[in-house]
Amino acid sequence: MKTQRWFTPWVLVLPALAWLLVFSVWPSINTLRLSFTDAKPLGGDVDFVGLRNYTDMLHDGDVRTALLNSVIYMAICLPLLTILPLLLAVLVEKKLPGIAFFRTAFYVPVIASAVVVGLIWTWLLDDRGLINNLARHLHLITEPVPFLTDRWLLLISAISLTVWKGLGYYMIVYLAALGNVRKDLHEAAAIDGAGAVRRFLTVTVPGVRGTMFLVSILVSVAALRVFSELYILTGGKGGPGGKDQSLVMLIQQYAGGFYGDFGYASALSVLLFVVTLIPMIVLARLNLRSER
Amino acid sequence: MKTLRYLLLILVLAITVGPFLWELSTSLKGAGEDIYTTTPSFVPHQPTLNNYAKVADAIPVWRYIGNSLVVAALTVGGNILFATTAGYAIARLRFRGRGLVLGLFLSTLVLPGEVTIVSQYVTVRDFGLADTLVGVALPGMVAALNVLLMYNAFRALPRELDEAAIVDGATVPQRLLRVSLPAVRGTLAVVAIFAFIAAWDDFLWPLIVLTSPEKYTLTVGLQYLSGTFTQDQRLIAAGTMIAFIPIAILFSALQRYFFKGVEEGGVKG
Repeated sequence: MKTQRWFTPWVLVLPALAWLLVFSVWPSINTLRLSFTDAKPLGGDVDFVGLRNYTDMLHDGDVRTALLNSVIYMAICLPLLTILPLLLAVLVEKKLPGIAFFRTAFYVPVIASAVVVGLIWTWLLDDRGLINNLARHLHLITEPVPFLTDRWLLLISAISLTVWKGLGYYMIVYLAALGNVRKDLHEAAAIDGAGAVRRFLTVTVPGVRGTMFLVSILVSVAALRVFSELYILTGGKGGPGGKDQSLVMLIQQYAGGFYGDFGYASALSVLLFVVTLIPMIVLARLNLRSER
Repeated sequence: MKTLRYLLLILVLAITVGPFLWELSTSLKGAGEDIYTTTPSFVPHQPTLNNYAKVADAIPVWRYIGNSLVVAALTVGGNILFATTAGYAIARLRFRGRGLVLGLFLSTLVLPGEVTIVSQYVTVRDFGLADTLVGVALPGMVAALNVLLMYNAFRALPRELDEAAIVDGATVPQRLLRVSLPAVRGTLAVVAIFAFIAAWDDFLWPLIVLTSPEKYTLTVGLQYLSGTFTQDQRLIAAGTMIAFIPIAILFSALQRYFFKGVEEGGVKG
């Protein structure tokens, strides 16, 4: 019995496939191509310039600073956002009265726009904002802490914002994984007299090991892609002397405006891609090795 | 033990939701009230909605909401329609090249969206859609992740479900709409919520595509409000609440489906 015509699957797949080719596959190829040109936002002649954009990058202090910021960003986000959400998931896993409310509430920072939470945090961290005022009220400080104007404090503030905003998201990822951890192992360990901490380390952590690995990859790539938090906390300026920029902020600057440079922005995009591949490869190898 | 758990829950609640409440409180404080006092007060002494009215004087906030809604509607519609059809075909129909198509969708997940943003802009510009709302919505109208979510959900359905319908002579569209789609409603809800949040919250892409202030989406307009027009924290707070409250309401209305969909379909696959 003939149940379908040969073209039916293609009619169903084609719109999504066309989208993928036009807005994902082609732009990937085109990014590489543009990175060897001097293409400008306003059009005009496009010439191939070979490796010039890449050699320019080597001598670009902004790029070096952005890379340094990215590495610091990732180094701090990775452990915090791999471990804290797991603890949070364990906390909300048990079916207590009202637990659905807490789960939903913890997820709220995830659904709020980075612009919204960025502006809220700008107000919290302002010299005259809530955190400085509370600290002064408690006589912890006499001068306001320059969370938003000091090069390093600003970076730490943006990292805190990223961690805070990501907690709920990775909590949900872990929550789904915790459902698959075997209950009988927990019970057996409890009978053997293992306390909560010991059960967490010997039963829960091994049970969600695969998910921890996945989360650590997601976290490191997300940290390297940071844009909105830094943009909003620095008012679009990238902090004092532009020292708090990320790679994506640089890409955004070169992507538009009168002084834009698509060629250079594309070369920066290729650099971003290579940089995000590194933690993926390193973590994947670590995961393989520890499985053996 | 139970008390300790609740204490911890309330502590985390204060950390995650507290900042939103502080912003809400700031947005309701009257002009005569000192918002910079060293003994911070959570409760406005002169509660007023005046700041919300003043946001509309500083930026065309209704227009920005409209713009964001247009982008969100296109994004949600596109993802529901095309992720469903593509996910269904890959999961439930046999055809040559099926594995290749699935591989293509999977491989694009590795690529951070920011990497292609410049050449995506070139593509959108070449279509003549730079500085338009359609240009803002277009690349996000089909997300590979959503196709894979729908694929996973359809794949988890038992084969027998189709076979009975095939014996009854149901065509592919009939099977998709009447048999399979009702069974994956939860995942469809997750796709719709994700698509709406992604479109409503996005900042970088509309910032690049849009140059005319009257076409700004709400997030870009908000940033504009804080940067150009005002140093008044009450106004900025009111603006952020205007952007935040609709999505908070939407999410709390649909959160049951969301958490159910995440637990059932999304992960077990």
